[in-house]
Amino acid sequence: MVEDLVNALDLARWQFGITTVYHFLFVPLTIGLAFVVAGLETAWVRTWDPTYLRLTKFFGTLFVINLAMGVVTGIVQEFQFGMNWSDYSRFVGDIFGAPLAMEGLLAFFLESTFVGLWIFGWDRLSPRLHLATIWIAAFGSLVSAFFILAANSWMQHPVGFSYNRATHRAELTDFGAVLTNSTMVVAVLHTVTAAFLTTGAFVAGIASWQLWHRRDSADAPAFRTAAKAGMWMAVVAGIAVAVSGHSQGVLMTTQQPMKMAAAEALYHTEQPASFSLFTIGTLDGSKEIWSLRVPGLLSFLATGSFNGRVEGIYDLEAQYAQRFGPGDYRPVIPVTYWSYRLMIGLGLLAAIISAIGLWLIRRGRYPGSRWFHRAALAGIALPLLANSFGWIFTEMGRQPWVVWGQLRTAAGVSPSIGAATVLTSMIVFTVIYGTLAVVGLYLMRRSAAAGLPIDEPEGAERPPTFAY
Amino acid sequence: MDLQDLWFIAIALLWTGYFFLEGFDFGVGTLLPVLGRAEDERRALLSTIGPVWDGNEVWLIVAAGATFASFPLWYATMFSGFYLPLLVILVALILRGVAFEYRGKVDSTRWRANWDRAILFGSVVPAVLWGVVFGNIIRGVPINADFNYTGGVRNLFNIYSLVGGLTTLTLFLQHGALFIALKTAGDVEVRARQVAERVGLATVVPTAVFLVWTQVERGKTATAGTALLAGTALLGALVLNRVGRERWAFALSGATIALVTATLFVALYPDVLPSTNSAYSLTVDNARSTDYPLTIMTWVAVIFLPVVLAYQAWTYWVFRQRITVPGGPGQERPPPKAGAGAGQRGRRRGTARTR
Repeated sequence: MVEDLVNALDLARWQFGITTVYHFLFVPLTIGLAFVVAGLETAWVRTWDPTYLRLTKFFGTLFVINLAMGVVTGIVQEFQFGMNWSDYSRFVGDIFGAPLAMEGLLAFFLESTFVGLWIFGWDRLSPRLHLATIWIAAFGSLVSAFFILAANSWMQHPVGFSYNRATHRAELTDFGAVLTNSTMVVAVLHTVTAAFLTTGAFVAGIASWQLWHRRDSADAPAFRTAAKAGMWMAVVAGIAVAVSGHSQGVLMTTQQPMKMAAAEALYHTEQPASFSLFTIGTLDGSKEIWSLRVPGLLSFLATGSFNGRVEGIYDLEAQYAQRFGPGDYRPVIPVTYWSYRLMIGLGLLAAIISAIGLWLIRRGRYPGSRWFHRAALAGIALPLLANSFGWIFTEMGRQPWVVWGQLRTAAGVSPSIGAATVLTSMIVFTVIYGTLAVVGLYLMRRSAAAGLPIDEPEGAERPPTFAY
Repeated sequence: MDLQDLWFIAIALLWTGYFFLEGFDFGVGTLLPVLGRAEDERRALLSTIGPVWDGNEVWLIVAAGATFASFPLWYATMFSGFYLPLLVILVALILRGVAFEYRGKVDSTRWRANWDRAILFGSVVPAVLWGVVFGNIIRGVPINADFNYTGGVRNLFNIYSLVGGLTTLTLFLQHGALFIALKTAGDVEVRARQVAERVGLATVVPTAVFLVWTQVERGKTATAGTALLAGTALLGALVLNRVGRERWAFALSGATIALVTATLFVALYPDVLPSTNSAYSLTVDNARSTDYPLTIMTWVAVIFLPVVLAYQAWTYWVFRQRITVPGGPGQERPPPKAGAGAGQRGRRRGTARTR
């Protein structure tokens, strides 16, 4: 019945998309806020200025609310490979499983244990030891990013393996190659800097909001410091995101040229190739009515030179048909085209808002006009959206492959799972995630609006927000 | 010993660690409405597992990840085959994890009551379903030549696996009650011991049936030994709890869980997921990864697992102090400037009993 309307493959893909994008809303903030909280607590331990302690606890509460969501949605990710993608799991297990297991052993244990110590250890550990726990947890989040991106990068650019025709499985031959995959190196840089951009915008947005609503409060100077730090973080990280993203783009063009062609809906090979900021035309970009173009920019993004040659979709299709046999090698062009632009545009906008904020501070006009405080608050959402579009672009741009050049997505899905089953789990996850999003947002808003926790004397208990 | 045997043991140990540690988390969560009569008590109960539950749950993530890495075919068939039970377990773990972190963030009775329900659901359901899942692994499921599960959902809920579910539930309840007895002081501690006794008695029947049935169906000489030891440990836990030695009683309820898990894995070997048609059974030999990744993972595990064990043990040592409930049920206590959890413990450090 359900099978007549949709197939399990499409549903499994949608489910992976929904659960992954949702999970990744929390991941960058977990990484970034861990470092923000660690930095603030370090400032406290170095100066014993209670303002830093209060800021630590304020952002610590937001960190915990965010982390809880990231943790619980993360388990779904691990189970999902086996549940919906069993043939994929069989094919890649020899290679893909190891980084996943190591992420658990080396990163998740570290993160979860030391976050637990940090949340509950305020009056159990000496200040320095307590400080160490959050730094270790923050380090754990980076280790986690390393391993999971090593696994993902292997899907984008498989290295260090050989294909066993008899078992139809990929077999690991060089783990060093997997852990030093060039794709992974740039992906880690791009993802981690994006996490810091996200967090910078988050901190700046919340502090700006506080300053607008309580500009006369005693907390104002603390939030001013936080806002400034957040803006610097966003601007510096924003530049690093752009630089790392550029090297990622150039590398991607050599490893997955179709993805870059799909990013521009470039059908015919061009030299130099222009980049369209905006196009009106057919949905798949094959015919355009009007577009706003920057000459040579696509050449630069793809090759690093404004005069570089960028291969078009038609040429690549012909090459792939020769190499892999006849088939459809085109990603969904409207998705790749728009997600690529939105990723860049929204990320850029987030950094620009922070740059304006820094300029306003310099000119002594912060806290100041209402529009900026609103923009900074809205700016929290921009990197979150940019991150989501980035993942949608890189995963959709790899299609029809799940492991580039080795295994098609259609061949990875669980053969024994029917559409009705996948639909059930998709509905269940969507409903739960939707409900939790409302609850989480409510709590975030509430905790962010509450202001700094009350200053407490040394050795006193922690504020109720940390308790159960 | 071959690498696949080594990793079979490693995975058995990871599941044992998971059931031992999260077992008492599930127990505490399930006993929350029973032992936590007032908000103070519920907060104290949750504080016993507050700092550690997430670290305990990572044992599951590592067990699943290690299965993926060392026996990809086992992972693929098991996770797609047990689709719906695993979906429900995921839902339960999601709600439970969020509930732990969110319930104290808003000072409202209704808010907390709702999250308490989520904790109850999120603790009972996986406690039962893990037993059901493992019951089916031992019993064998319909698997075809492509190693895909071909049975329906209903096939997973047979009497043997349901006894397995009841076994894990009652074992975890007893383990959790003893953990509470070990980690609290005063009235809650006393009632926890009583509950541990009652639940412990209720554990005996399903555990005995499950072990004997397992022995009859898939038993070996070794499993007869582990099963007997499991039974002895269970009785020992009951007796020691009765005489007020909750620390040893807890150790033995943990040993029971470990020995039951060991019995299951020894009974299973060399299969990892038997098929009802034995020609299509997944075994340590046909489900395994190649030598190279297994060798790498062996080194990583040998180096890092002791480190993990050390810092997790240290966490338990840091939070070794018993948690007292101020006031007790029915008594007024100052409104929550005091907060709860570690805060309360800190304030009452002098009154907390340390053993």
